[in-house]
Amino acid sequence: MIIENSEVILSVKNLTADVDGIPILKGLSLEVKSGEIHAIMGPNGSGKSTFSKVLAGHPDYEVTGGEILFRGQDLAELEPEDRARSGIFLAFQYPLEIPGVSNLDFLRVAYNSKRKHLGEEELDAFDFDELVQQKLDVVKMDASFLNRSVNEGFSGGEKKRNEILQMALLEPKLAILDETDSGLDIDALRIVANGVNQLSNPDNATVLITHYQRLLNYIEPDYVHIMANGRILRTGTKELALEVEERGYDWVLEEAGEVVAS
Amino acid sequence: MTIQVSPNPIAAELTPAMKRDAFLAHLLDLAKQTQPTQAWLTSLRDRASEQVQSHSFPTTRNEEWRFTDLSPLLEVPFTEVGSRESGVGLDALDRFVLPEAVNCRLVFVDGVYAPELSSIADLPDGLTVGALSNLPDLKLDTYLGQQPNSDELFTALNTVGLIDAAIVWVPKNLEVETPIHLLFVSTAGDTPTFVQPRCLIIAEPNSSATIVEEYGAIGQGQSFTNAVTEIWVEGNAEVSHTRVQRESDSAFHIGKTAVSQARDSRYTCNAISLGAAISRHHLEIYQAGEQIQTTLNGLTIAKGTQLADTHSKIALTQPYATTNQLHKCIVDDRAHVVFNGKVSVPQAAQLTNAGQLNQNLLLSSKARVDTKPQLEIVADNVKCTHGATVGQLEADEVFYLQSRGIDAESARNLLIYAFAIEIMNEIPIESLRDRLAKCLR
Repeated sequence: MIIENSEVILSVKNLTADVDGIPILKGLSLEVKSGEIHAIMGPNGSGKSTFSKVLAGHPDYEVTGGEILFRGQDLAELEPEDRARSGIFLAFQYPLEIPGVSNLDFLRVAYNSKRKHLGEEELDAFDFDELVQQKLDVVKMDASFLNRSVNEGFSGGEKKRNEILQMALLEPKLAILDETDSGLDIDALRIVANGVNQLSNPDNATVLITHYQRLLNYIEPDYVHIMANGRILRTGTKELALEVEERGYDWVLEEAGEVVAS
Repeated sequence: MTIQVSPNPIAAELTPAMKRDAFLAHLLDLAKQTQPTQAWLTSLRDRASEQVQSHSFPTTRNEEWRFTDLSPLLEVPFTEVGSRESGVGLDALDRFVLPEAVNCRLVFVDGVYAPELSSIADLPDGLTVGALSNLPDLKLDTYLGQQPNSDELFTALNTVGLIDAAIVWVPKNLEVETPIHLLFVSTAGDTPTFVQPRCLIIAEPNSSATIVEEYGAIGQGQSFTNAVTEIWVEGNAEVSHTRVQRESDSAFHIGKTAVSQARDSRYTCNAISLGAAISRHHLEIYQAGEQIQTTLNGLTIAKGTQLADTHSKIALTQPYATTNQLHKCIVDDRAHVVFNGKVSVPQAAQLTNAGQLNQNLLLSSKARVDTKPQLEIVADNVKCTHGATVGQLEADEVFYLQSRGIDAESARNLLIYAFAIEIMNEIPIESLRDRLAKCLR
């Protein structure tokens, strides 16, 4: 929802970034305010996932210019864990499997590291268990998932739901969902979208990165951005998503004066 | 035609071969000087002495010792200890004592049985747990020193110095619930010590037992432990064996575990290797019968300049066997780990299912691993897999944890712990599992 004069959560100005010395982001600008849901769409290789990794602080991605302000704070010098603790959450496109670490322990360690950061007391196993039981409901997950190793042997849909469960626990100010809808059947997509909708509120913001307009039938964005060649070329409302679904991306690139790959 | 060159007397004194011969002769002398506690051991010792003399001390030119250089051992003037005045009290054993086995513990200090530190109360009827020296009536000659490959150098050397042994004999049909703890501690101080512990475990048909064999150090001095454990798992019996080697950082440890399994028997070994400057574990399984199950779980953690070697051999002979081996190594700093695992599946061993996997986690660019999983399959109707992996901590895994607010160091530790815990979880004794998990930082 668009709220007048709400807090600017994310302000990206003219961001450029490299991977292995190859420029991927080439002057990206974006402003996200509290309460809003933004969708970023674009063809393969447009830099969408790179943008999400840069926001989360992945060490392989080097910011070469521009700035990222998160709630007024420059992110450049912050380690990934400090970004997470101050309220940035990235739902991974391919959540990693961590055999040997139980999901419950992982969630508790993550949750408590945030509490510690906020100067709050850490929750013991018993209290945490109670909290996590409530959150399971958000993504309709069975409690048996908690005792399994993190994402190990999970189906694609289960992994994505597990990401949303982490998000429900960590209650981020800014959630970035990197293709969370990819590879999901319609039931899993509904559950994931429902979870995201439940967690979205006037005090936080969500950035959805997606390939498919389908997701936006379930999560209604306030803004849709079309990204290509490492920049946002066009910004509109959800109708823009329908239009690219219909017509493809080439016209957006042409109108922006970009070279269209044949 | 050979050309005779008269040797330079000074150089001759220093040739590595002569040095090795002299060292082995010295060890043999030390072993022979010990007094067996029972007369019948003499002939066993004498035969072993001949076997030792037919060997020379291994070098890295021997294929079996290619990656494990024992030459640092030659520099240490070992002397046999075995004096009873070790002065070790129970309080010094605090970090070894297992609450689960509090009434079922044999302690040997520098190779000598320490009854005052041992505890063998309330044993079930028929179960024998004790030191050979206290068990003159047991007829052990068909078991002790009777495993295949007992004439191998270090096994034979142990037999030459055989004075006493930890004995566990489980009678037919008895299922022993309490774990049995066989603890060997070294107190080496300023004098380098040479210790040769021995264990003999016999599980009669349909019996079951859980054994913890542990090597630990109270002193930080140099010691050389040459240990041999022989295990007989008879028809349909089950033995769960956890072997923990956490000697001092300056120790040398060569250990043999030889296991003979009869039909329908189950044997599991959880071998955890943490200590010693140079260590080598020979794990040999001889299957003799149908439908035998063998499970070998191994975890080696090496750091600093440690060298830790595991050589395993599983010899299948008959159909319907199941063998599973998972050996994991965590190697940090400039440490070096060696794994060599043979599984042989001859023509007769049809319908067997054999899996072998060696996984290595390297934590430093100077860490080294040499791995050689070997399957020798002659039978044509079997299911066999084997493999080895060598990896580092995945940057993406660390990042995933960081992105959830976990700092980089904790993330790394969590991932190392996760790598090791699969093996740790196989240890059936909670207190030991927890204690070892703490060694992972």
